[in-house]
Amino acid sequence: MKSTSELKNYQREQYYFRIRLGVAAVIVLVCFGLLVSRFFFLQVMRYDYYQTLAENNRISLVPIVPNRGLILDRNGEVLAHNFFVYTLEITPSKIDDLEQTIHDISKLIEVSSNDRKKFKKLREQSHSFESVPLRTHLTEAEAARFAVNRYRFPGVEIKSRLFRHYPQGTLGSHLLGYIGRINDADLKDLEARGDFSNYKGSDHIGKSGIEQSYEKALHGVTGFQQVEIDADGHAVRTLSSTPPIPGDNLYLSIDSKLQDIAEKAFGERRGALVALDPSNGEILAYVSQPNFDPNLFVDGIDQENWQILNDSLDKPLINRPVRGLYPPGSTFKPFAALAGLENGKRTPPFSIRDPGFYVLSGSSHRYRDWKEGGHGQVDVRRAIAVSCDTFFYGLALDLGIDRLASFVSHFGFGSKSGIDIDGELPGLLPTPAWKWKRWKQKWYPGETVITGTGQGYTLVTPLQLAVAVGTLANDGVTVRPHLVTSIHESQSGISRPRPIEIADRLQIKPENLQLVRLGMMDVTQPGGTAASIGAGSPYAIAAKTGTAQVVGVKQGEKYNASTIDERHRDHALFIAYAPAEAPKIAIAVIVENGGHGGSTAGPIARKVMDYYLLGKAPIPETPAAEPEPLPEQDMPHD
Amino acid sequence: MINRLLKRLTAHLDGLLLSLLLLTLVIGLFVLYSASGMSIERTGGQLANILVALACLWIFANLPPQHLERVALPLYVLGMLLLLGVSLFGDVSHGAKRWLNLGVMRIQPSELMRIAVPLMLAWYFARREASLRLADYIVAAVLLAMPVGLIVKQPDLGTALLISASGFFAIFLAGLSWKLIISAGVSIAAVTPLLWSMMHDYQRRRVEILFDPYQDPLGAGYHTIQATIALGSGGFAGKGWLNGTQAQLDFLPERHTDFIFAVFGEEFGMLGILLLLILFTAIIARGLLISANAQNTFSRLLAGSITLTFFTYAFVNMGMVSGILPVVGVPLPLVSYGGTSLVTLMVGFGILMSIQTHKKLVTS
Repeated sequence: MKSTSELKNYQREQYYFRIRLGVAAVIVLVCFGLLVSRFFFLQVMRYDYYQTLAENNRISLVPIVPNRGLILDRNGEVLAHNFFVYTLEITPSKIDDLEQTIHDISKLIEVSSNDRKKFKKLREQSHSFESVPLRTHLTEAEAARFAVNRYRFPGVEIKSRLFRHYPQGTLGSHLLGYIGRINDADLKDLEARGDFSNYKGSDHIGKSGIEQSYEKALHGVTGFQQVEIDADGHAVRTLSSTPPIPGDNLYLSIDSKLQDIAEKAFGERRGALVALDPSNGEILAYVSQPNFDPNLFVDGIDQENWQILNDSLDKPLINRPVRGLYPPGSTFKPFAALAGLENGKRTPPFSIRDPGFYVLSGSSHRYRDWKEGGHGQVDVRRAIAVSCDTFFYGLALDLGIDRLASFVSHFGFGSKSGIDIDGELPGLLPTPAWKWKRWKQKWYPGETVITGTGQGYTLVTPLQLAVAVGTLANDGVTVRPHLVTSIHESQSGISRPRPIEIADRLQIKPENLQLVRLGMMDVTQPGGTAASIGAGSPYAIAAKTGTAQVVGVKQGEKYNASTIDERHRDHALFIAYAPAEAPKIAIAVIVENGGHGGSTAGPIARKVMDYYLLGKAPIPETPAAEPEPLPEQDMPHD
Repeated sequence: MINRLLKRLTAHLDGLLLSLLLLTLVIGLFVLYSASGMSIERTGGQLANILVALACLWIFANLPPQHLERVALPLYVLGMLLLLGVSLFGDVSHGAKRWLNLGVMRIQPSELMRIAVPLMLAWYFARREASLRLADYIVAAVLLAMPVGLIVKQPDLGTALLISASGFFAIFLAGLSWKLIISAGVSIAAVTPLLWSMMHDYQRRRVEILFDPYQDPLGAGYHTIQATIALGSGGFAGKGWLNGTQAQLDFLPERHTDFIFAVFGEEFGMLGILLLLILFTAIIARGLLISANAQNTFSRLLAGSITLTFFTYAFVNMGMVSGILPVVGVPLPLVSYGGTSLVTLMVGFGILMSIQTHKKLVTS
């Protein structure tokens, strides 16, 4: 019994299974039928079409590279544009003996070994039917000479390609950045971003500055063309064409006149300057000195120039405003003062008697004030005006390092500002937790003491300083700094202004803020550390000077600028905003190894403010226009 | 004596299936010779691959199905462990993590899974055949989804697709009710957006370009456009062996691997393609017949799944080359260059032959 029912089951199962197999077989036939109809369509119905496309290799797809967007300053002055140059290009698939052809060409037109190397490299990266430049920047004479002989060189063509040009030369080189030839690393990035095919035909890509950070907008969308080509390789007609979409034009907040004045004000000195409008975060001037000519990079920088730039002790390639890290020195004091006031550790009437040094209880180490003998009776306002170190040593200790760091971090110290160019460094706002993580060492009270005067581990970028002083000027509201104010689509004519972004909003008691501001205004008044900067100014300037040690001064030793190496001299710092009552510009200046903040960095800031607020350009290079600060009036050291 | 030895050696081979396979492999060698730009080295390499693969076929043909039934579970577990190993310690090449370096050699566990998954499912259904319930199908689906998920993550869409297909066919042949199949189809449509969000950018791009290759004629659509030009210009009779301009002039990318079918179609035309399709259909028909006549659930499910996976293989490759399916990186079975996938295929055919030739007499 049992075995027959099993058998029945078995037969029934097999029956159902075979039905399923039958269904599968039908699916197989349907799918293959579908394929056959597809092949019939391609190979029989559309045969003629594909035949033309393929057999004579008559049609090729040619990318049309979009024009790169322009970069203009706030007044429409062109900072980066494109111009046509003749290039000699070879399509390898159309040439039998490439070596021989290049050899023959070199008899007509100079082809350097460098050109050959570049050509070889580019060829490896392209399809054999794409044309690859052998020489760029052909002169008219060279182009003409080749044109006469071109019948001898099928597959070799003269084309005009767009090249990037920076008409203002070195002006604003670090903020503009530059474009350069696409290299392997760029290709990988493009592939990762899924932008690879949009760069078919493109040779260049933004490498630094605005050119890099706005690459996507500036590049545009590559178009393509199906062209029919005759036996000699010349395009006969275009079958279909999708035009490229040109890159967007960028309008910067930079005023190139102001930029020029700021750069010239540095003279031969090294350093950085950032000037911005505190109400909206627009960067008005962005200086990194020394600068360089970005035009050198466009077609691949040559070895010689590269070495000069790269090996220079002045480090011209460093983008100092965002990548230069400096101790803030005494420019840190207004922020520390506000921290003390807001935390209730200092009050307006509070004052100390400054003996010229500060001693931690239980220690004999003297933390010296820059002024031997001290400043006498000092309250918060005066401590800022005369830059009293002793006052801030004590303030920092009473406040505690964590509270100090946490408060000033709202001014942007220790974090990236989010400016719209790449490579920004966050600087450093030291805390015991940071020190333990970094060095596995405990934090000493003495380190808190010196942090109060901006010495020690603290590191800031010039941009951070400018943003921080802008926040002071803007009632505690930090606006994210930016260089691009609007993006202009050249095709549609649509202009997209960049929205103003509030980065942080610090609640400060108005009377505390007012006190610090008054202190900063006193800085440029007689008796302040930068009295000479305020002298003769029709508008009130709130400022703070600073000096950052490059080499430490030992206990009992005296810093003497004249006896030490120039590169070991202190950095001079200066931060300011003006007009003090209704700020329109906030500025941070660092002069490397410049010594006193008031005497080297201050005058640069004044020139920039004068031009921006009064429209007054500095009178060029007459000694009278730049009075050296008088030692009696100006404090010799901050 | 020699005759008897020969008889013993060939006892477990299926003459018809073997002839069909050999014929296709020979055609493949000719196409490869052309597609590789007449490279003796490459063609010779493939010949060596074929010999190794045939040896594997012979070994598996001589292995009785009962043995396979016994190793199904351990093999599946081993495969899963290796796949987990890949996702944890795998070597990355071309942006994908597919290889596991065991010190002595590098292995690609996803290939193992192409045999292990159908084995496992056939074994599972065979064990539960007396009392198949809905829960069993769910278990089977989970057994399938685990390796597929890991392989998708690698990412290797082509292999994941083939393994899914083999698993699906096993479940389908095991008698999953039509109602469920339809509702599963609906739910797959529902989770498609989820899958979309899990895909890598390059995979999404491939899907987008599939629908409109001209969207990106110089980049992702380039493969498809050049392949359709090659096929179309081949016409009805083809341009002749070694005369395909698209193939020989460097226009066709990956032309000795995933896109070899375009070379074939260009040089041998629609006639050649029809011949190849007839060969494939014959191989599939033979496989389905073996499955239909198999004696137990395990054998028939395994045979059916292997055969239909082979079909999927061929269909997906030809579909992607001719531009009706997305480019997912599936080679043309028996023709594309490459040893690993060939060995896996031949192991499958070896199993088919084993099922066919290890029948016990049924007592009626």
